[in-house]
Amino acid sequence: MSDDRHPLFKPLIFLGGIVFGFGLGFSQMARPEVVLDFLQFEDFGLLFVMFGAAVVSGIAFAVMPRIRDRAPLTGDRYERRLKPFDRNVLVGGAIFGVGWGLSGICPGAAYASLGVGNVTILWALAGMFLGAYAQGVYRSRATASDAAPAGAD
Amino acid sequence: MVADPVPLLSAAELFPNGISRYAVGGLLVGLGALVIYVGTGIPAGASTFLESTLSYVSDQSRFQQYVGSRDWRVLFTLGIVLGGTLFAATVQSGVVTTSLYETGSTGELYEVAGVTLWSTTVQPWRLFLGGILVGVGTRVGKGCTSGHGVCGVGSASKTSLVGVATFLAVAIGTAQVVAALGVSP
Repeated sequence: MSDDRHPLFKPLIFLGGIVFGFGLGFSQMARPEVVLDFLQFEDFGLLFVMFGAAVVSGIAFAVMPRIRDRAPLTGDRYERRLKPFDRNVLVGGAIFGVGWGLSGICPGAAYASLGVGNVTILWALAGMFLGAYAQGVYRSRATASDAAPAGAD
Repeated sequence: MVADPVPLLSAAELFPNGISRYAVGGLLVGLGALVIYVGTGIPAGASTFLESTLSYVSDQSRFQQYVGSRDWRVLFTLGIVLGGTLFAATVQSGVVTTSLYETGSTGELYEVAGVTLWSTTVQPWRLFLGGILVGVGTRVGKGCTSGHGVCGVGSASKTSLVGVATFLAVAIGTAQVVAALGVSP
């Protein structure tokens, strides 16, 4: 990310978030009950949300790198979202799966859920911050002790 | 005797609330990600916000690596919250009506200042405990339903396809077990 961002960078991020959140409300993914109905095979609509969204964003991921070198507001190169595969993808995915299956809520949907008036979802958001904090502290220490085995904690 | 027809699952059984609210909502979610990617080149995910925001209050190296993006990630999240509120103030409140939106009957509706808001009836302990695991799992697993599920799958990333298959399968198993144990809602 270049430091000199375009003045429209933040407004565009905000606008994208609004459209994203409106879509999570309209699709009722902001409602844990509806996600749980999918996971319990009572309503398969969620598939249309996830793959519908992936197709639309997929068009951008496929087209933009071919027609432009760099994004206008950041100067960043257009790249696909490719992350290296390792065991963490499976372990983390499984932990996320247990949490998602228990609660029916994921991060983006939780933010939108708060927006539609679901104050109770603050329990889930508090849990997410707690979980993210716990793994961050644990992994920061693991990284530090890898780099300097005798270093102070 | 006429033999019973092979019991096929009808569309009404697979999609008791139709598909339009899901398809339209999904297109909007994708559009939000598309707008950000076209303008900035950033494949937006929602769960990094959890760690990037913790960098404001914690010096841990794991969070400090996100200092460069933490300001816009807060804006992205605030946008998602506001988008939810705009939906509540328009479609959910009946100010804007469309046959594409199926209201459904989950949770509880309540009104504040003429806006129809919605609240879940899923028990707080499920949300809190599930939330902790979501917080750990999305960050260890390099993405959530938007990062892996929307941007990663949209990028045809093998890592994301495996990630999505993993969390979908485990979530289905978990939800089925929880329901079988009689926990509801």
